[in-house]
Amino acid sequence: MSDKDLKRPKSHLFDNPKNVTRVIRGLLLLCLVLVVLDAVIHRHTAHPWEKVFAFYPMYGFVACVTLVLLAKGLRKLVMRSDDYYGRFEEPPEDGPASRSDDV
Amino acid sequence: MMFNFAPVLPLLIGAFFAALTRGRVRALLMLATPVVGAVLLYTFTPGTTVPVEWMGLELTPVRVDRLSLLFGYLFHLAAFLGVIYSLHLKDTLQLVASLAYAACAVGAVFAGDLLTLFLYWEALAVTSAALVFARRSERAFAAGLRYLLIQVLSGVLLLAGAIAWAKGGHGLEFGHIGTGSIAGKLIFVAFGIKAGFPLLHNWLTDAYPEATPSGTVFLSAFTTKVAIYSLARGFGGTEMLVYIGAAMACFPIFYAVIANDLRRVLAYSLINQLGFMVVGIGIGTELAINGAVAHAFNDVLFKGLLMMSMGAVLHVTGEMRGSELGGLYKRMPKTAILCMVGAASISAFPLFNGFVSKSMIVTAVLEEGYEWVWLALLFAAAGVFHHAGIKIPFFAFFSHDSKHVKQAHEPPTNMLVAMTIAAALCIGIGCFPGTLYRLLPYPTGYSPYDSSHVLAQMQLLAFSALAFLSLKIYKIYPPELRSVNLDAEWIYRRLVPNAFRHALAAVGRVGNQVRSHSFRLVSSSILALARHHRSEGVLARSWPTGSMVLWVAVLLGTTLLLYYL
Repeated sequence: MSDKDLKRPKSHLFDNPKNVTRVIRGLLLLCLVLVVLDAVIHRHTAHPWEKVFAFYPMYGFVACVTLVLLAKGLRKLVMRSDDYYGRFEEPPEDGPASRSDDV
Repeated sequence: MMFNFAPVLPLLIGAFFAALTRGRVRALLMLATPVVGAVLLYTFTPGTTVPVEWMGLELTPVRVDRLSLLFGYLFHLAAFLGVIYSLHLKDTLQLVASLAYAACAVGAVFAGDLLTLFLYWEALAVTSAALVFARRSERAFAAGLRYLLIQVLSGVLLLAGAIAWAKGGHGLEFGHIGTGSIAGKLIFVAFGIKAGFPLLHNWLTDAYPEATPSGTVFLSAFTTKVAIYSLARGFGGTEMLVYIGAAMACFPIFYAVIANDLRRVLAYSLINQLGFMVVGIGIGTELAINGAVAHAFNDVLFKGLLMMSMGAVLHVTGEMRGSELGGLYKRMPKTAILCMVGAASISAFPLFNGFVSKSMIVTAVLEEGYEWVWLALLFAAAGVFHHAGIKIPFFAFFSHDSKHVKQAHEPPTNMLVAMTIAAALCIGIGCFPGTLYRLLPYPTGYSPYDSSHVLAQMQLLAFSALAFLSLKIYKIYPPELRSVNLDAEWIYRRLVPNAFRHALAAVGRVGNQVRSHSFRLVSSSILALARHHRSEGVLARSWPTGSMVLWVAVLLGTTLLLYYL
């Protein structure tokens, strides 16, 4: 019984790797469907680039990868330690410390 | 009735009585205030102005038109949601400041002249700073002071601009200003500071994450939206704004990807959303202005919702750093779902409110032929899903299990209620955009839901998600790290203070040299004086009385001799 109790917190949605795989597969399927729809649905376009097959999917993917890679590069340039601008009182480490909200 | 002349009064009176009352009475009062205010707004007719003459100046403290009415309703709605969210608080400072802050925002959008606008502008600064100070930590105090300084600076520029504008023979009326004159430029920068223009934006990312959980909800609703309103009224169609807005939409997302404090991520993402609005204002067509204003309306809802959900996490765990959070969906499933509604809305998923306003702006950009700006906005739209849509819920509620999972629990009911109302409005406006479109300044026949728009947006978003997934699986995605990222604020938090310190040190060194030279000069003069005047010195030697007598005798003898001659 106590064993079950210990295990209970582990029974959440994404503790089961199968569910994570399901989400990933779902996303892949969605992407696939959306690209296929690009060929099927006649879209009215306002700009020549929009006519390129799968313009939006490619742009979305490339934009995000570029964003993350550039942001990683930016980190090398601008990242400093936590207390760069001076050290204030210790940040809350254990549990709710910043409860000024409840004053 | 006097309320007809002062739409700020209900909120202001509410703030006053919130200071005097406590407990349930105060809660009821604070809930009723925004409702009463909104009902009174309903009785206003667009086109009304209330002119007042004061010390020889012709002022218009209240001017009602469709633009100001829309913002008026929006601010009452935001105040109502914020009040519900903060019902559990007992902190009088916060409660009074938040209602007073909302009142000032309402006052500012109904101000018909620049002087009245200036008064509310500065009052906004003071009341909102109180929400940062209310965190009552050393860090928040420092951030609050920096915030207040910059906000007051914006007010001073506005006043200088207003005086120059009136001197130029335009009077004090707040209408279209434009950047043609020096006065116009001053006012433009004043508005730009509050709107978070690039390089003038750091007060936002500095102070918002330091305010109290409910304070940030209020902060994210008012100041920047007053600035958007002011830009729309004073600088609609100013082409420079198109490029400024595009920069605002793009650069903060890089910072948002690497920022650790999740409310700072949201602050950067707020600038990104303001960028879309600023572009719309810059384009200035009816569709674009409608889009900008509608997006401001929606932003208050979805950014408020996201800030509320992060505030709930902060309230429960006392932690806001992405590196220290994760797995909270197990204990806070309702908060997690509400946060994801906000995330879907800000990412402009079809059927959520971000979509119905963002697509207006993007369409207007294409219609006017700004193709590079269009590409920049598409990039920003994909990026916003990446950092606000995925990163925020992922690192707070999923990712790895953090140590907070054990003790975490759902936030107080009032917080959940506020979030639920905001989420319902996000979905409601997303599904029935006509309700919002009817309130817009210009009549519009725009329809966001055609197959091309929906498909394009879904493709953009799905493949952004795919990019996140791939980068995460291949472990390229940058991990959350405890860190500070340098931004333009480095200039006034590091460069200038350091330069000042170095300058002081240099002045000190020069001062020391001057002092030691002076000492040497004084002591050498003393020595020179002493050489002649000290006891053995020539001038200090004593003379024998005999020689005196001799010289007197010589003198007398000479006189005698001269007499006889």
